[in-house]
Amino acid sequence: MESLIILQNGRLLDPSTGRDSSADLWLKGGVIVPVGNSVPENSRVLDLQGKWIVPGLIDMHVHLREPGEEYKETIATGTKAAAAGGFTAVVCMPNTTPVNDNASVTRFILEQARNASARVYPAGAISKGSDGERLAEYGELKEAGAVAVTDDGLPVFDSQLMRRAMEYAGSHGLLVISHSEEMSLSRNGSMNEGIVSTRLGLRGIPAAAEAIMVYREIALAELTGQRTHIAHVSTAAAADLIRQAKARGVRVSAETTPHYFTLTEEAVAEYDTHAKMNPPLRTETDRHAMREGLRDGTFDAITTDHAPHSVLEKEVEFDRAANGITGLETSLSLSLQLVRDGVLDPLRLIEVMSTAPARILQIPGGSLAEGEAADVTVIDPEREYVFTGNSIVSKGKNSPFIDWKLQGKAVLTIMGGRVTHDELTSENGREDRH
Amino acid sequence: MEQFSPADIFYILDTANSFKEISSRSIKKVPTLRGKTIVNFFFEPSTRTRLSFEIAAKRMSADTFNISASTSSAQKGETLIDTARNLQAMNPDIIIIRHSSSGAPALLTRHIQSAIINAGDGTHEHPSQALLDLMTVRERKGEIDGLKIAIVGDIAHSRVAHSDILAFSKLGAEVRVAGPATFMPPHLEMLGAKVCDSVRDAVTDADVVMALRIQQERQDDPLIPTLREYSRFYGINSELLQYARPDALIMHPGPVNRGVEMNPDVADGERSVILEQVTNGVAVRMALLYLVMGGEGNS
Repeated sequence: MESLIILQNGRLLDPSTGRDSSADLWLKGGVIVPVGNSVPENSRVLDLQGKWIVPGLIDMHVHLREPGEEYKETIATGTKAAAAGGFTAVVCMPNTTPVNDNASVTRFILEQARNASARVYPAGAISKGSDGERLAEYGELKEAGAVAVTDDGLPVFDSQLMRRAMEYAGSHGLLVISHSEEMSLSRNGSMNEGIVSTRLGLRGIPAAAEAIMVYREIALAELTGQRTHIAHVSTAAAADLIRQAKARGVRVSAETTPHYFTLTEEAVAEYDTHAKMNPPLRTETDRHAMREGLRDGTFDAITTDHAPHSVLEKEVEFDRAANGITGLETSLSLSLQLVRDGVLDPLRLIEVMSTAPARILQIPGGSLAEGEAADVTVIDPEREYVFTGNSIVSKGKNSPFIDWKLQGKAVLTIMGGRVTHDELTSENGREDRH
Repeated sequence: MEQFSPADIFYILDTANSFKEISSRSIKKVPTLRGKTIVNFFFEPSTRTRLSFEIAAKRMSADTFNISASTSSAQKGETLIDTARNLQAMNPDIIIIRHSSSGAPALLTRHIQSAIINAGDGTHEHPSQALLDLMTVRERKGEIDGLKIAIVGDIAHSRVAHSDILAFSKLGAEVRVAGPATFMPPHLEMLGAKVCDSVRDAVTDADVVMALRIQQERQDDPLIPTLREYSRFYGINSELLQYARPDALIMHPGPVNRGVEMNPDVADGERSVILEQVTNGVAVRMALLYLVMGGEGNS
C-alpha cells in the first residue's frame, strides 16, 4: 500500500468547485482521498504555508518533437520540462516526422510517454501528412488515444476540407484546433508587419493574416454547429472576432500564450531569433488585448506553444531561422504576473491553466475533488529567481526570457501521486516524516 | 545608417573628401593600410559595390580577397557563422559583407571579432551607398540641411532608400518618397520620410530626384502589373522634372533600367550625377576602411 502524501496549510485553489480556502489535501494510491482525522504512520507531510495547492497544470499546446526530431526534444525531456514548470499534462502537436496522422504514430507516442514526467495527450493531424488535402482517419486516431486534431504549424487552406474536418471530428468526439493563418498574406514574412519590420527591413506578417482565418473558422463552426478551438491567438483583431462569436453562441474556444501577453515586436530587435515565432509578436495594443481577452473570458486557456529548437535552427540569419520558442518552464511565472497586475484572480489563473483545458479537451484533471487523480501542483507565488540558460530542463534553449528575473514558481509537481518535480524539500519547505 | 550621429556622418564625409584626390593621381596608391587584410564576403551578386570596395582597399595598399556565394561553403551547407568563424581564424582585419538576409552583418558582429562593414543586407540597409549619395549631394549643393530630396520607386524592398531616408533626414533634409502603395512599407514616417500621393508631389521643388531600380527579378510577389505601366506613371522623365528645381540633381543607385524607372535622356542629361556617385563611392569606402582601422596609417 502506498503511503499517504499530506499537503498541509496551503491555499487550496480549485476552479472546478470555486473553492479558495486554506485546507489540507490528502493523496494516496495516485488519487485524491478524503482528509482523515489523524495522520497515519509513514505519511509524508508537507507544510505548505504561503503556497498554493492547485490542480496539476495542463498545457494544451506543446511540441515534443518525437518522433523525428529527437535532437530538439524528446517525450522524456519535454515532459521533464513540463513537470519543472508545474504541468502534469500536455497535448503534443502532430507535426512530427512522421506526422501523427494515424493510429500507429499515436500509439508510439503514448508508448514512449508511459514513464514520462507528465501525462501526454496526442493531437492527431487534420489531414494526411498535414498536406491539407485528405482527412486523416479520426476514428482510429481517437481509438488510439488522440484527443484533438490539428495541422498546427500550418493552416488548412481549403475551406471545404476544414468544414469536413469539423463535421467528421464531431462524429468522433474530437476537438478541431485551428492554426489560423492566411498564408498568401503571411508567406515569407518573418515578423509582425509594422514599425519594427520596416526599421529592420524584414518581410512582415500583417495582423489581418490571422484575423481573416479566425473569421473563417468561426463561420465554419457556425455552419457546422461543431466545436472549434483557435490556437495561439496573437492579435486584438482576432480576439474581437472570438469575443463576438462567443456572444452569439458559436461553439468556439481560444488560447493565447505568455509571450503574446508579455512581449511585443520590439523584442525582435536587433534580429533576435529567440523572439521569432509564428504567429509573430505583435504590438503593445495587441499585447494589451491578450490580457483583456484573458480577463473577460474571450480566451479560455493559456498555452505555451512550447517549440524547442537547437542552435542549428536559431543561430542563423533571422529570415532563415525556425519559428518558435520554448515555454513550459516560464509559463507559470509569466502568467502569475497577470495576478500581480490585477488582470486575473488566482482562481481564474488556475482555471485557464488547468480546469478549462481539461474541460475543452474532455480529459481528466483540472480538479481537486476526492476520487480525482492525484495531479497536483504546489506554487510559491512569491519565489523570485533568475531564469538562467543553465537551469533549463528542456533540450531547447530558445527562450527570449533567459536571464529574466521572474517571480512565482511551481515548487512541487505531483502526477498520479508521483512527485515529478520538487524544489520544496531542497529549499525552504519543511517536511516531517511521521 | 541608424547607428551614426550627424557628427559621425560629417566626419566620414570629410575623411572621404580628403581621400578623393588620391583617385585622380597618376599613381593611385597610398600605403595607409599596408599589411592589412580585407575580405569581401559577398553572398549576393554585386559588381559595382564589390569592385568599389576592392578598389578602395587596393588604393590604400591593403590585401584584398573576394569570396562570393558560389565559391563559399554556403553551397556545402556550412552556416554563415561557421564560415565567418573560419575566416576569422585567418585573422582578417576587416570583413565586408553583402548578404540577402536583413541583419546578417549584425549576426556576424555578435559572433566574430573582426571589424564588419555592411555592404548591403537584404532589404535593411546599404550604408556606404547612402554615404556616397550624401557626399555627392554635398559636393554639388554645399549643404544637406534644408534640401528637398525625392526618392521614387520600390521603397519597401530598397535598402538604398532605407539608408538614404535615414541619412538625409538626419542631416536636416526633407525626404519625400513616392511610388505605388505596393512599394511602400508601413510607418515610413518613423524613418523620417514623407510619403507623397504622387510622383509629381514628391518632385515639386525638389533639389534632388532619385529613382530606384525596379527589380525585375522579383517574381514571387508581383507588386506592379507591368513595367510599361510603371514607366508611364512613375518613371522619371523630363516632363516631370519641370516641377523640380531647375538645378535639381538626378541620382540613381544603379544599375539603371533605362526607359523604366528613368528615361535615358534624364539619366544621361546634364543634371545627372549618376557617375559622380560611382566615383565618390570609392572615396567613401576608402574613408570607411581607414576609419574602421582606427584612423591610423603607415604614413
